[in-house]
Amino acid sequence: MPRVSLARIATARSGDKGEGSNVGVIARSDAAYAFLKEHLDAERVRTHMAQINAGGVKRYEADNLRLLNFLLEDSLGGGGSASLRTDAQGKTHGLAVLRMEIEVPQEVLDRTPAP
Amino acid sequence: MPRRDKVLVANGQGFWGDSILGPVRLVREGPLDYLTLDYLAEVTMSILQKLKSRNPEAGYATDFVSLIDRILPEIVEKKIRVVANAGGVNPRACMRAVMKVAEKHRLKGISVGIVEGDDVYPRLDELLASGEQLRNMDTGEPLASVRDRVTSANVYLSAFPIAQALDQGAQIVITGRGTDPGLVLGPLIHEFGWKASEYDLLAAGTIAGHIVECGAQCTGGNFTDWRRVPDMARIGYPIIEARADGSFAITKHEGTGGIVDESTVAHQLAYEMGDPRAYLGPDVSADFTSFRLRPDGKDRVKIDGVRGAPPTPTYKVSISYDDGWKAGGQLTISGPDALEKAKLCAEIVWKRLALDGFTYAPEERLVELVGANVCHAGIAAAENGAPSEIVLRMGVKGKDREKVDRFGMELVPLVTSGPPGVTGFAGGRPKATEIIGFWPALVGKDKIVSRVEVLRS
Repeated sequence: MPRVSLARIATARSGDKGEGSNVGVIARSDAAYAFLKEHLDAERVRTHMAQINAGGVKRYEADNLRLLNFLLEDSLGGGGSASLRTDAQGKTHGLAVLRMEIEVPQEVLDRTPAP
Repeated sequence: MPRRDKVLVANGQGFWGDSILGPVRLVREGPLDYLTLDYLAEVTMSILQKLKSRNPEAGYATDFVSLIDRILPEIVEKKIRVVANAGGVNPRACMRAVMKVAEKHRLKGISVGIVEGDDVYPRLDELLASGEQLRNMDTGEPLASVRDRVTSANVYLSAFPIAQALDQGAQIVITGRGTDPGLVLGPLIHEFGWKASEYDLLAAGTIAGHIVECGAQCTGGNFTDWRRVPDMARIGYPIIEARADGSFAITKHEGTGGIVDESTVAHQLAYEMGDPRAYLGPDVSADFTSFRLRPDGKDRVKIDGVRGAPPTPTYKVSISYDDGWKAGGQLTISGPDALEKAKLCAEIVWKRLALDGFTYAPEERLVELVGANVCHAGIAAAENGAPSEIVLRMGVKGKDREKVDRFGMELVPLVTSGPPGVTGFAGGRPKATEIIGFWPALVGKDKIVSRVEVLRS
C-alpha cells in the first residue's frame, strides 16, 4: 500500500480548548473519509502527538462534514495564560497531525484529488 | 413577522487585535445590513476588570471606539447597524465614548444600546450565599477554593437582549459578555421574529454565527491548502445572507481576496469544536451533524436543515483568578553549531540561577529551541538537518514572583558570557507577569437578569 502524508487525503483546523486543544481532520473525499473513519482512531493520534499532548485523546465524528474531531486533553503545557509554550493555543496542532505518515490503499488515493 | 426577506450580517473582527481593515472594507466594498465585531476572550475580561478598578471610565475595548470614529459617517449613510461585545466589563462607559465620537462628527440622533447583566463579579458572594457553588466544570472544585483571588466573572448571556436593543431602534448595540455566535443570532432574532422555543431556527443562527466569529478564518485564513488562496492581503471578511426559514449562505464581498467554499467553511465549523452533536449555548443546543454544505456559486456556500434542541437551565460563567507569575524571553543564536550552543546557553542559565539559590521544578520551566522543531516535537516528518540559526526561548512560572523575576535577569548576560553568536535580545529583561487562571462554571438562569437600555445622541 502506498505510504503518504495524511495531508494528501485530509486537511485540518486546530485551536485551544481549556487545557487541551481540538484538531478537526477533514477528509478530502468521501472515499478518504470512509478510510479515515475506519483507520484514524484516537489511539493513533495520541501516539503521534505523544510529545505534545500529555493527556488522552477523544474522537468525535461529523459525517456531514467528513470530519473527525480529536480532543487532545492536555496539549498546551497548562491552559490559557499559564502556558510557557510558543504555541500556547494549539494553532499548529492541526498541521502536526497532518504530518502523520499513513498507508492508504491506491484505490482511495485514486478517488481523492491531490491538493 | 419577518421585517424583510433576507438579511446580510458580516463579522469584521475575530478578536481584539484583529485588523481594522476587516470592518472598514466590509462597510466600504459592498452591501451590508449588520456589522458584528468580537473583541472578548477569557483573559481579556480579567484585564478589563483590572483597568476598570483603576479608572471607572475604563474596562471596554478601546479599539472599537477608534473603529467607530473611522466608519460612523458611512454606517449612518448606509444604514448599517453594528453589534459588538466591545463593552467588556463597562458597556456604559463604552456607550459614552461612542456618543462623544458622534458629537465630534456632529451626527445627531444616533441610537446606541447597551446590554448589561453579564458581569457578576460584584455579585459573587450573593450568588454563593444563594446556594450557587460555581464549581469548576473541569475539576468539580467549588469556587470557594480560589474565591479570594478572583479577578472577573461574566455570564455568557442570551442573544435575545441584543434583539431587544435592536427592537428599540439601536443602530449600535454594545454588549459585555455574550456568546460569540450570539452577535449574529441577535440581529436574526430581531429581523425574523424568531421565538425562544424555535430551536431549529436558533441553532441555524448559532451555526451561522460560529462560522463567522473568527473573521477571515472561514474565508481562506489559517487554511491547510494556503497555496490555493488568492490575494490574502485583501482577504474578504465573511458575510451571512440569512433567511427567515433558517437557511443561509456564507459569502464575502465581490472582488475581495480569499475563498469561500465547502472546505474553508468546514474548517471553521471544526474550530473549538467539542461534541459536534451538542454545541451548547445559552439559547439552544445546536447539532453540527444535522445539515449539509452545498456550493452555491463562486465564493458562496449554502446551509439548510440545521437542527437544534432545548438549552440547559444554566448559563456558563467565565471566571478568572490570579494563579501565580510567569516570565519568558528569547535570544537568537547564530551558527556555526547553533543548536549545540543554544542547548549550552539554556544549561548555563539554569546552572547560574542554581548557583544563586534559585531552582525551578520541571513543570515550572521550559526551554524551546525554535527552529529545531518546537511546534511539532516528536513528529518524524518535521525533523530536518542542522539549522543555521536557532531562537532560544526560555521561561519559568510559579507562585513566587521574586523567583520568576530572578530568572529574567540571567538571560541577556549570555550575550557576553556564553558561547559566540548570541544576539537578538529585544525588549530588555523579561519581567514576571501575572498568570490568569480560568474557572468555567455554571449558574442557574433564574439568578441572572439582563438589562437593555437605548440612548440617542
